[in-house]
Amino acid sequence: MLEIRNLHAANDGNEILKGINLTVRKGEVHAIMGPNGSGKSTLAKVLAGHPQYEVTAGEVLYEGKNLLEMPPDERAREGVFMAFQYPIEVPGVSNAQFLRLAYNEKRKHHGEEELDPLEFKDLLKERAKVVEMDASFMSRSVNEGFSGGEKKRNEILQMAVLEPKLAVLDETDSGLDIDALRVVAGGVNQLLTPDNAIIVVTHYQRLLNYIVPHYVHVLAGGRIAREGGKELALELEEKGYDWITSVDGGKGTGAGAPAN
Amino acid sequence: MVTELVKSENHYLTAFRELVPTMPWLELVRSGAIDRFEQLGFPTVRDEEFKYTNLASLAKERFQPATRAVEVIADVERFAYPETAGAHLVVVNGFLSEELSTRTGLDDVVAIDLFSAVADARYNKIARKYLARNANYHDNGLKALNTAFLQSGVFLWIPKNVKLETPLQITFVSDASSAKSASFPRLLVVAEENSSATLIESFVSNDDASHFTNAIAEIVLKDGARLEHYRLQNENRSSYHVGATAAELGRASSYDATSINFGAQLARHDVSVVMDHEGAECWVDGLYVAGANQHSDTHSVIDHKQPNCTSHQLYKGILDGNARAVFNGKIFVREGAQKTDAMQTNKNLLLSAQARVDTKPQLEIYADDVKCAHGAAVGQIDEEELFYLEARGLNPELGRSLLTYGFAEEVIGKIKIESIRAQLDEAVLTHLHTRLEA
Ligand SMILES: Nc1ncnc2c1ncn2[C@@H]1O[C@H](COP(=O)(O)OP(=O)(O)OP(=O)(O)O)[C@@H](O)[C@H]1O
Ligand SMILES: [Mg+2]
Repeated sequence: MLEIRNLHAANDGNEILKGINLTVRKGEVHAIMGPNGSGKSTLAKVLAGHPQYEVTAGEVLYEGKNLLEMPPDERAREGVFMAFQYPIEVPGVSNAQFLRLAYNEKRKHHGEEELDPLEFKDLLKERAKVVEMDASFMSRSVNEGFSGGEKKRNEILQMAVLEPKLAVLDETDSGLDIDALRVVAGGVNQLLTPDNAIIVVTHYQRLLNYIVPHYVHVLAGGRIAREGGKELALELEEKGYDWITSVDGGKGTGAGAPAN
Repeated sequence: MVTELVKSENHYLTAFRELVPTMPWLELVRSGAIDRFEQLGFPTVRDEEFKYTNLASLAKERFQPATRAVEVIADVERFAYPETAGAHLVVVNGFLSEELSTRTGLDDVVAIDLFSAVADARYNKIARKYLARNANYHDNGLKALNTAFLQSGVFLWIPKNVKLETPLQITFVSDASSAKSASFPRLLVVAEENSSATLIESFVSNDDASHFTNAIAEIVLKDGARLEHYRLQNENRSSYHVGATAAELGRASSYDATSINFGAQLARHDVSVVMDHEGAECWVDGLYVAGANQHSDTHSVIDHKQPNCTSHQLYKGILDGNARAVFNGKIFVREGAQKTDAMQTNKNLLLSAQARVDTKPQLEIYADDVKCAHGAAVGQIDEEELFYLEARGLNPELGRSLLTYGFAEEVIGKIKIESIRAQLDEAVLTHLHTRLEA
């Protein structure tokens, strides 16, 4: 589904991603962890097509197509979804309006009938259950005045409505209280099918108890410094990142035993 | 140049002399006004208040003062907002049309021709007391010109304790059956103690012909009166529109005004609210949307003269193409007006590199125990917000429209009349050549 090869990306001429390789297949859950500033959000935004980042080398294939050539809106309509680490507020536009517009744009793109407001209302009601989101949020402006946790939950509501093939969740767990984390993670699990894939960016093993990853990748200094199964997350929880960054020196071989 | 201007204004004097003389009281007012106009003429850019709004082409165009002629406007109901349910007065080229007006639900109020109210023994005391009191024509040529051509208009009197249930709409239609006409709509509203009403003023054109509207609304709210006032200006793009709204607020009265400016090639609106009694509160909000070569100017004055009054002001502007807008908002807090709470915000969204706005909030405070804040902002579409929408599958054009719509919504969303809201949502989006359902 997704094949990232030797991806380099820069912001304002500063190289942040320094050769990422990552393969994601249908039905898989990948976790990306790594210290602050290691480039996790940068990777997510590059996949979503944020104009601020310049890809300086490498390629990204999404369902066999060159993802980097598609404008961001087309990527979204083709099924790529990024849940923002810091969701944006859109004053004056209600959640329901926004979601219906986004939903219908995708339907049109795939040659399907648009839903009218009433039909969409039913659909939205259904999908809101996935994240246990109160109906009162639908008439409020997108993210405006939402608490940090509510914004994160709203991101997953959008995911539930848009049903992406590839979802990149950038620290969706940060800011969620314990109960909310359970609900939101449960929602994400409901959305996971054999036909789609999820990349979760997180700092905490706790989330991975709910959304169990097939692979864990550790990003450090713009490279993947280590890869493993879900046990790797437990190990990181225990030991921190020092042992990885010091052993690999940020070279990103992706192998090697923990030094200790 | 000067001689040319004087010449072009001369025809108003000629037209004035052709007016049929009426009752002496009004003759006195009108002749005083035309004298004043003769001295002042149209404001020029040398006038500080018209620094950014050049009326030279308006002066040059030789619009002819309209006469009471047109009584047929096809399907005039199309201008009526359904919520008014038949409370709809129609003023054609400044003249109230009895044929086109309907007065369903207006039994408890007086809504008649202003000209006849001045003559009517039942109302002349009130009408004469308040006419030309708040819209002072002595220092403004445009107001003087409107006053000189006072031949009809609307007098709305809401008696004590009357609560008008349905909104009353007054549609001011410009009709080109007499070519290049100038009309001078005039409205006087007197809301007595503890009355309440909703008023919609709607300015429209019946066709695409160029015309000149010079309108004045004077509003008097007595103690405890409440008025919700919508002023919607959507005249055709070849017209000139200058308008003034002047309100005085009684003790503990409430004035909630929203002015929407979409139309005219050149639009100027002066809104003033005088709070000379304690405990009054006003909202003076507005939205101007201008594209292509439109010019839209709002000047507002909110005058806190007595303690314990509150004013809220939010004006937003959306400018595209080569549009130019002006916002000048003055707030005065006079000596002794303690515990004043005044808040003013003007925000502008520029959608093109050529669009331009001059915004000038002015606060003059002569009291010490007050809460005042004002701010002005000019910005473009936020790139992070746009990316967020794109990341959800909206193409950039749709994303921009949605953000523009959202920007306007802060003003439009406050409007309590659903059909006005829907019309404006639609208008914002068609103005921007896109669509958004529901
Ligand atoms: N314009 C820029 N110039 C220089 N460095 C930049 C620029 N923009 C981003 N960076 C840096 O790129 C690095 C990667 O940032 P990114 O947001 O991808 O980190 P992250 O792994 O998501 O961190 P966190 O865990 O804190 O969310 C950071 O060190 C950041 O300061
Ligand atoms: Mg990050």
